[in-house]
Amino acid sequence: MNPKRKQRLFIILGMVSGLGIAVGLVMYALSQNINLFFTPTQIVKGEAPSAQMIRVGGMVADGTVDRDPQSLRVAFEVTDFDHNVRVSYEGILPDLFREGQGVVVQGRINEGQFVASEVLAKHDENYMPPEVTEALRQSGKLDQMIGVQKQ
Amino acid sequence: MTPEIGHFALVLAFGVSICLAVFPMYGYFTNQNGFCATAKPLALLQGLALAVSFGVLMYGFLAHDFSIKYVADNSNLDLPWHFRMSAVWGAHEGSLLLWALILSFWGVAVALFSRGIPDHMSALVLSIMGMIGVGFLAFMLFTSNPFVRILPFPPGNGADLNPLLQDPGLIFHPPMLYMGYVGLSVAFAFAMASLISGQLDSTWARWSRPWTTVAWAFLTLGIALGSWWAYYELGWGGWWFWDPVENASLIPWLVATALMHSLAATEKRGLFRSWTLLLAIAAFSLSLLGTFLVRSGVLTSVHAFANDPERGVFILGFLIVVVGGSLTLFAVRASKVSEPGEFGWISRESFLLFNNLILTVMAVSVLLGTLYPLMVDAIGGGKVSVGPPFFNAVFVPLTAILVSGMAFGPLAKWRQSSDPKLYRPLIVTLIVSVVVGLAWPSVLDGNYSMGTAIGVTLALWLAIAIRIDFVRKVGLYGGVGSALTRVERGTIGMWLAHFGLAVTIFGVVMVENHTEHRDLRMGVGDTQKLGNYDLWMTDLAVINGPNYVADQATFEIYFGEILYKTVTPQKRRYNASGMVMTEAAIDSGFTRDLYIALGEPLGGGDWAVRLSLKPYVDWIWVGAFLMGLGGFVSITDKRYRKRLERENAEAAVDGATA
Repeated sequence: MNPKRKQRLFIILGMVSGLGIAVGLVMYALSQNINLFFTPTQIVKGEAPSAQMIRVGGMVADGTVDRDPQSLRVAFEVTDFDHNVRVSYEGILPDLFREGQGVVVQGRINEGQFVASEVLAKHDENYMPPEVTEALRQSGKLDQMIGVQKQ
Repeated sequence: MTPEIGHFALVLAFGVSICLAVFPMYGYFTNQNGFCATAKPLALLQGLALAVSFGVLMYGFLAHDFSIKYVADNSNLDLPWHFRMSAVWGAHEGSLLLWALILSFWGVAVALFSRGIPDHMSALVLSIMGMIGVGFLAFMLFTSNPFVRILPFPPGNGADLNPLLQDPGLIFHPPMLYMGYVGLSVAFAFAMASLISGQLDSTWARWSRPWTTVAWAFLTLGIALGSWWAYYELGWGGWWFWDPVENASLIPWLVATALMHSLAATEKRGLFRSWTLLLAIAAFSLSLLGTFLVRSGVLTSVHAFANDPERGVFILGFLIVVVGGSLTLFAVRASKVSEPGEFGWISRESFLLFNNLILTVMAVSVLLGTLYPLMVDAIGGGKVSVGPPFFNAVFVPLTAILVSGMAFGPLAKWRQSSDPKLYRPLIVTLIVSVVVGLAWPSVLDGNYSMGTAIGVTLALWLAIAIRIDFVRKVGLYGGVGSALTRVERGTIGMWLAHFGLAVTIFGVVMVENHTEHRDLRMGVGDTQKLGNYDLWMTDLAVINGPNYVADQATFEIYFGEILYKTVTPQKRRYNASGMVMTEAAIDSGFTRDLYIALGEPLGGGDWAVRLSLKPYVDWIWVGAFLMGLGGFVSITDKRYRKRLERENAEAAVDGATA
């Protein structure tokens, strides 16, 4: 093998093994860092693991937003119109957070209550997070939600 | 009547792009120069038609023509005129029109500045760009026509532009970003043209290098503007969220960065030819993928628009045609590429290779992280999301590795393994940057941060290494100005861009590790301490804007006893849509930003308030600006100017003899 070929072989081997190792590490890091999504019904039925970071999506149930008068603590219920999950959160809620609107919360289940570390609301009046649509589809209440939105 | 002119111009542009895709290509394969020669006029005509179409839509916005559905959906009688202009690209249909317009502008630019390139080659390039145009214009005309009318009863007023987008940031962010995205189509077209013609030596690299650099510079500025806009407009004070759509712009940027460096090796030494071709294909394909991700709404994102599966399917189909077609062509032709020349193990070439390896791994990992939720969903694994911890865990160490190598690259010589003496100053650099880097976090308040120490070390390592190169090529004292004019502009651009990265890295580590941040409850008369400042909430009022009503708080910022500044964060409710928006008050400074945003009313006159002191946050965008500037400086290089002058001279001679 001439030196030129040899060098190319080494480079290609280096590239391929480098990429291979990188992809392996990336996949490992991914498996450690994904947040599974659950619907309120699944949470209520106890299908979600506790103490692990998960996401829950649904609509903010009407009349359930409850503010602490002294601090930034707030509690509300997320619903798929089948079951409700009580969520507690401390911090500033997004601008488009409102009762009857779609929301995705990220956090952990702690002693039966969902403690959110992040609350995501939609950023556009017509946009519904795919997770929320999915949750409502699973509970068979998607039509109801669309009805609510149209009002 | 006017909107029909715009629609007609759009249809005309579609027809022209079909001709542009077909005629020059036919001319090339049948050796008929007449057909090849249609390429440039057709490219100009396409640009003209799209400019008319775009102008008509903009006129529709300025003149409040609510009979155009797109205008009615995205404008309002109360919307200020400058936002009515930027509203043209504020939603799906219009942003596609902007995409197509910019594509045609790049085509016009290629037609005008390609006199040094053989006619058959520029014909091929323009024909490829014509094909891309056909795809996008068909997409617009069949799924997202911006000129759809509401007739015979147009609404009296429009629904208003999404308030998030009513911001000067939006005026510049999308056009810059699209200039970058679409500009990569030029490098792609050159790569395709060289594959079709089989002219696979390094000439195509020489032609496409300046185009790639410009596109990259626009992409850099576009991403930076987007990040800046998110920082002050989204109301959270973050500067990067690893949002799928941000990633969709970062991935092509990483690949384009690799492409720029690999083009250097291909142009100067004829090396890595097939790899460079592959990168050119990848860079543009990934910007199309980005468009697909944004437009289809398959991922949960800040940018996701209301879903329309039909659109997603169309772009996905187009993406498959582009990627599949170009890779097939590559597979057939690339085996004919010969790779001449060797290089030493520690030469400029090997460092460029290192750069490419790391950047590719970065791009692949961001891509995997972004698409992972889609893949899991597709195999029935349920809905998952991948958060910032993943991206940080992968991206940060890779950046550190990349930057470690960046100090050597510019000092190394082409071809040969350089004399180790060349790198001797780097020993001192290493010592200085490690010592200063380790010491830096300990002079700051709060806990010692190892992340900061490493980050600052890397930034210094990079900056000092540039200084060594600078001193070698320009000198240190006297006559720097005249010496500077002797240095290649490409080198100056490289210094600027590399230095910009050092600046950005410094900003990032400082913000990420030393931000002082508090969410709390405040009422009129309350005072809070933030860093060395006292923030006093003195007033709450309701004020009327042009198209919104706002709750406005007044904060007096005291530095010791001195009133330093008064700022007024707002919570706006836009009249037309009823949407609520946070307008943060930001006091920008060289070493820190003070960031005050109103959360929500808590009753009893109190508000949830977000206070942040963000050290060196503006350095992130200043660094990115330097990178972009570096790109623009490097294309003013004498090589390109001389070539253009020579070409002009040749053209003049041709003209005289003809």
